[in-house]
Amino acid sequence: MTNTKNITNKLAKFQSIIALLIMCIVLSFLSDKFMTGDNAWNVMRQISVNVIISVGMTLVILTGGIDLSVGSVLALAGAVTAGMLKFGAEFSDANLYIGFTLFGAMLGGIAVGAFLGWFNGITITRFKVPPFVATLAMLTIARGLTMLWTGGFPITGLGDNMAFIGTGWFLGIPMPVWISAFVVLAAVVLTKKTKLGRHIYAIGGNETASRLSGLKISKVKIIVYSLAGALSAIGGIIITSRLDSAQPNAGMGFELDSIAAVVIGGTSLSGGKGTILGTVQGALIIGILNNGLVLLNVSPFWQQVVKGFIILLAVVVEKLNSKKE
Amino acid sequence: MVNNDHTKPILEIRNVSKEFSGVYALRNVDMQILPGMVTAVIGENGAGKSTLMKIISGVYQRSEGNVMLNGKNVAFKDPKEAAENGVVIIHQELNLIPHLSITENLFLGNEITNKFGLLDYGRMHKKAKELLSLLQLDVDPKMAVSQLRVGQQQLVEIARALLHNSKVLIMDEPTSAISDQEVELLFKIINNLKNSGVAIVYISHKLNELFQIATRYEVLRDGQKVGEGFMKDTNHDQLVKMMVGRDLASFFKKDEHKQGAELLRVEDLCLRNPENKLDDLVHNVSFSLHRGEVLGICGLMGAGRTELLEAIFGLHPKHVSGKIFIDNEPHTICSVSDAIKAGIALVPEDRKLQGLILNMDVAQNTSLACLDNIISYSFISTRKENELSLSYIKSLNTKVPSPKIEVSKLSGGNQQKVVIAKWLATNPKILLLDEPTWGIDIGAKTEIYKLINDLAKQGMGIVMVSSELPEILAISDNILVLSESKLTGVFSRSEATEEKIMHAALTEKE
Repeated sequence: MTNTKNITNKLAKFQSIIALLIMCIVLSFLSDKFMTGDNAWNVMRQISVNVIISVGMTLVILTGGIDLSVGSVLALAGAVTAGMLKFGAEFSDANLYIGFTLFGAMLGGIAVGAFLGWFNGITITRFKVPPFVATLAMLTIARGLTMLWTGGFPITGLGDNMAFIGTGWFLGIPMPVWISAFVVLAAVVLTKKTKLGRHIYAIGGNETASRLSGLKISKVKIIVYSLAGALSAIGGIIITSRLDSAQPNAGMGFELDSIAAVVIGGTSLSGGKGTILGTVQGALIIGILNNGLVLLNVSPFWQQVVKGFIILLAVVVEKLNSKKE
Repeated sequence: MVNNDHTKPILEIRNVSKEFSGVYALRNVDMQILPGMVTAVIGENGAGKSTLMKIISGVYQRSEGNVMLNGKNVAFKDPKEAAENGVVIIHQELNLIPHLSITENLFLGNEITNKFGLLDYGRMHKKAKELLSLLQLDVDPKMAVSQLRVGQQQLVEIARALLHNSKVLIMDEPTSAISDQEVELLFKIINNLKNSGVAIVYISHKLNELFQIATRYEVLRDGQKVGEGFMKDTNHDQLVKMMVGRDLASFFKKDEHKQGAELLRVEDLCLRNPENKLDDLVHNVSFSLHRGEVLGICGLMGAGRTELLEAIFGLHPKHVSGKIFIDNEPHTICSVSDAIKAGIALVPEDRKLQGLILNMDVAQNTSLACLDNIISYSFISTRKENELSLSYIKSLNTKVPSPKIEVSKLSGGNQQKVVIAKWLATNPKILLLDEPTWGIDIGAKTEIYKLINDLAKQGMGIVMVSSELPEILAISDNILVLSESKLTGVFSRSEATEEKIMHAALTEKE
């Protein structure tokens, strides 16, 4: 009796992996293109940016917050990197021109992303603006800054080195997949093994108890939002590289896919509960679903409807499970 | 008007018991509420007064027994049904919605609508105006409740009760937040209600007030009824004796040991109320604590006990003044981490809201305040974390199958032990305990008393706030009593009695 209960409980833990497997099996029957090596790398490459952003989103949501600005921050960081790489910095008064290496330009983009995230963190902790509102404002601000920086036009022609980040292969694996794997690994270690990670879970679980235990709530939140900004920037660099151009409207709506991945991955929106690997599974589910529906020639309009229902299903199953406990 | 026969009870409580997960908050209580008079219900914190009132008014459901209204057995499923039957409660904490207007609050859930089903503000405002003038509250009913003073808000609560044509009106500490003039007005209103036949149940800690307004009294102690009678036949001392004279925590034997040097000295500590600059939550409190001493702090709810601990622990750095010396060195404690560094730990009052991260496991909760001690090469060592947790599970006798179990699944007593373990793991010199045995069973209570005693013996200084006098008397070396933010009594173990403490705790502002 208790044995079967244990087994169902254990199964419940792996529900998203099971859902993934079922999706893969069904799709491999429906489409002979699905279970091919090319398609697998294709899916992985497509989801890598969402995985990277969603790792940051997971950290933010674990503290009980939300970050709606990831898409705009991604666009600005991509544009800054592209601009630095292509045009450098020119100071005509001093007759000075500074060029940037690829590495320097990428650092610049990531620094911009981290700074915008830090700004989010400051408005949320110092001025007590609710995260939803603070990052909604940043969504608009960063998009506007992107338009200002690019003048509304794409920045193109970034060179082969830059293109390698988004389209190259290394040891038989696409670069974006390497980067996202590295980010995931680092985040898993961060959440499971470090003091900061523990504090993130504690604050999301019970902020009052955390404060009474001497945790520095504001500091942790500012770090988390900065990380989310930096990770969005990395996503922006990858996308810019893949398209060989920084599009001013890149990343529109990415915050929604990212939140969807986190939620499907089992992270609670009220904070304190969830894992990075869950989010990766969530991103995989969304990615495979998109891919499968495309392969099956389902209209993109239907794809959105299906994705919405999958999000609902994931949360309903989660609620039913926690009720059973 | 309702029932002028003042001898037949309008509300009768027979043999009512209420159990919360195995703990009885009320046991076999009988009570009679007569119409046209004020019945005072008195008892210490936790005696069961509020629970009983919540049962009468349909907030809680009783576990056993009967409540008879006008001779008929009733069991209201919610306060709305109770109100429809004329039983209305005015809660201790205000239940108004601040951003809605007075009228909207008065008619909340009972809105008057016109024939189109839309709100009929005209009629509601008119009725509201009538009620307010009855209470001599001269404000526009269209005003938002948040713009009123607390005392005025209390009157709005009363107006809401009047709207229901109540036969039984329960007032839970109605004067705790209002000024003297407002108290006078309230008493005038109560007298009017009384004369029109309404039965009033009045809960208050302010005994002097009761002699002014009440006709009868009923005394509760530990969830049981211990006395009743007419106010004119009793006096202050007798009532206090009835309230406190309960079994000592006699199963616990304090083990006497020597106290050491002074550990903590607090001088003129004040904590300003952040919402009202003129009001102090803690006012000029000074005391000292020695190694090996257990210092008990008593007082009624709202006397400033919790606030005193919080002020010492650095939770309100912007509002605190006064001096704190630890080992004779002056210390400024501006944050919890300052407090931890200075060797102070606080086990807070509400373990679920303030003590624990409920969805974390025992080990993670235990290590939360001392993560630096279990980190090697900047990574948390799960092995060290488990060892830490296991050592406290063993020494505190926490009943858990493994350190990996989520704390939300533990009983109250075991949860409290996890909170205590978390703080002991920071190696404190001074342990502040706020109601450490609240809501836990007798067995776990005794273990916590023993633990406090052992820790003191090892040289720790312990400050314990508790509402349970027997427990304070049983384990404290010295006792401080607070009343209305001030220190009103200091007793040594040998001179302290429940009566003396209660008198000090009931000291009111001159």
